[in-house]
Amino acid sequence: MSPKTLYDKIWDAHVAHEAEDGTTLLYIDRHLVHEVTSPQAFEGLRMAGRKVRAPEKTIAVPDHNVPTTAGREDPAQMTEESRIQVQALDTNAKEFGVHYYPVTDVRQGIVHIVGPEQGWTLPGMTVVCGDSHTATHGAFGALAHGIGTSEVEHVLATQTLIQKKSKNMKVEITGKLMPGVTAKDITLAVIGETGTGGGTGYVIEYCGEAIRDLSMEGRMTVCNMAIEGGARAGLIAPDETTFEYVKGRPHAPKAGQFEQALDYWKTLFTDEGAHFDKVVTLKGEDIQPVVTWGTSPEDVLPITGVVPSPEDFEGGKVEAARRSIEYMGLTPGQKLTDIEIDTVFIGSCTNGRIEDFRAVAEVVKGKKIKDGMRAMIVPGSGLVRAQAEEEGLADIFKEAGFEWRLAGCSMCLAMNPDQLSEGERCAATSNRNFEGRQGYKGRTHLVSPAMAAAAALTGKLTDIRDLI
Amino acid sequence: MEKFQKLQGVAAPMPLVNIDTDMIIPKVFLKSIQRTGFGVNLFDEMRYDRQGNEIADFVLNKPQYRKAEILVAGDNFGCGSSREHAPWAIADFGIKCVVSTSFADIFFNNCFKNGILPIVLPQEQVDILMEDAERGENARMTVDLESQEITTSDGQVISFEVDAFKKHCLLEGLDDIGLTMAKEASIDAFEAKAGAARPWV
Repeated sequence: MSPKTLYDKIWDAHVAHEAEDGTTLLYIDRHLVHEVTSPQAFEGLRMAGRKVRAPEKTIAVPDHNVPTTAGREDPAQMTEESRIQVQALDTNAKEFGVHYYPVTDVRQGIVHIVGPEQGWTLPGMTVVCGDSHTATHGAFGALAHGIGTSEVEHVLATQTLIQKKSKNMKVEITGKLMPGVTAKDITLAVIGETGTGGGTGYVIEYCGEAIRDLSMEGRMTVCNMAIEGGARAGLIAPDETTFEYVKGRPHAPKAGQFEQALDYWKTLFTDEGAHFDKVVTLKGEDIQPVVTWGTSPEDVLPITGVVPSPEDFEGGKVEAARRSIEYMGLTPGQKLTDIEIDTVFIGSCTNGRIEDFRAVAEVVKGKKIKDGMRAMIVPGSGLVRAQAEEEGLADIFKEAGFEWRLAGCSMCLAMNPDQLSEGERCAATSNRNFEGRQGYKGRTHLVSPAMAAAAALTGKLTDIRDLI
Repeated sequence: MEKFQKLQGVAAPMPLVNIDTDMIIPKVFLKSIQRTGFGVNLFDEMRYDRQGNEIADFVLNKPQYRKAEILVAGDNFGCGSSREHAPWAIADFGIKCVVSTSFADIFFNNCFKNGILPIVLPQEQVDILMEDAERGENARMTVDLESQEITTSDGQVISFEVDAFKKHCLLEGLDDIGLTMAKEASIDAFEAKAGAARPWV
């Protein structure tokens, strides 16, 4: 048998039907659902008199719209439209009998943090959600990607997705990371290298020593942004770190069955000699703490760099860069560390997990954020919040001057009340720096949690290596 | 779904690269639980000022492009979010075909579910169409899905590729779910087999 990649193996194990032209019905093991991209899908089922085929494999949680301030159970805290969406999810979850974590449940949080935390996401699975950051779950060696609402309806009705196979791409990060360099810097550096369209048509497998050395939290950060590189999904082969994380989670296989699952999971790796259609290799030692200067996640530079000039680019990117620099209110040649920050946002499905908060606490412990700085930390789930409180991190944050919020997507996409105002500049641990993403005319610089913490202290984009 | 067979209409040029889903439909408009009504907010932040007045030099506000049915766009169109509100807004505005050198994967798939034909062409051919689109209301292109050809306003013919299954569904206006449910026996069989092999799933 010819050698297979990890992606090939997971794909092959989920083909329910294949047509002659390669159009495949791919079976879906886990379907995650949130309030923004699902109402029209449930409505479609209702209109056609269809049921959810596998409600036991379907998990719903509100995250995009929910306020992250105390007292949010009060519907008056939401706008009319947000309330309708959250209530629609509530009604649909109950009517169709899917697993559901309402806002009042301590397990509620960002869907991509809740899934792994509850053990819904397991190695070798197929996982989809009407959200592009579903790529996150690839950290477990699960084939996970975002889908549109029509596909959400298709999966609800049939537990399958109509797919054509993507190509295989390998992204290898060799060696060790230098101090101050994190998973976020890896994933941004890769996008800086490949561009936001570089992964289009591919499923990426991340590998190499620097990836193996990452915790599950770090691996989730890396895979989360595979979509920002245009890839359908990002994958990391499961290993002892994965198995250790999964073991004992509420929906992970229990004793006896766990051993059987483990035997299978240990087969989930790319065979020696398997073919990749594209290979990108970065040396871990070469990756520096990075920051985005523009309005595309590919606009990445080491923190030691300067704002580029449109003429540094070619083709359509010249105009895009000119537009970005103007939108961001920057001057070519300006040092990135001279850029002053108004707001710091720490959270999101990219960096809203416990390890991210430990990294922040390490930087801000016993210190105060800059006068006038707005800084908020939004846990990815109620359980992350509880753990951070138990570890004393929340006290460190509050003493430093951060707002300590309840779980949700919050200012990553600013669908809830957490938004930037016009011209406001934010260092954010989230995943997109698009125009208007965090609020109309808001300006976003993507960074790691430690770099966001450093910016909160100094009031500028800051090289974390100067503080450690 | 509405069928897509042959379209003759005005093409609007949007040469900017990396036009993302937040540009196509900003999140403040994602709160509807309907599939329609998004067209008025298509490209909202580029199209209107803060007071809701049209920005005159935005392409779709120009008289010659107000009824555009084809968009010729820069590379990596539709990157970002999986929100189907993006193709819903495009379709609701009246655009039925988008041409670019590349599309983001999820957006590309979402188009086909909504009767929109996304066409990928090499840079040189997109350049020809972009130039044609810049002729304003005279830029009436013809997109023929059956023959897989675009004809420019001056009669140049450009062929394009499209996945056979997706083409079939668009031509006939077929509903994916109905097609898949006809294969229910395969899904049942797969579930039985996979359930035995991986009972923990």
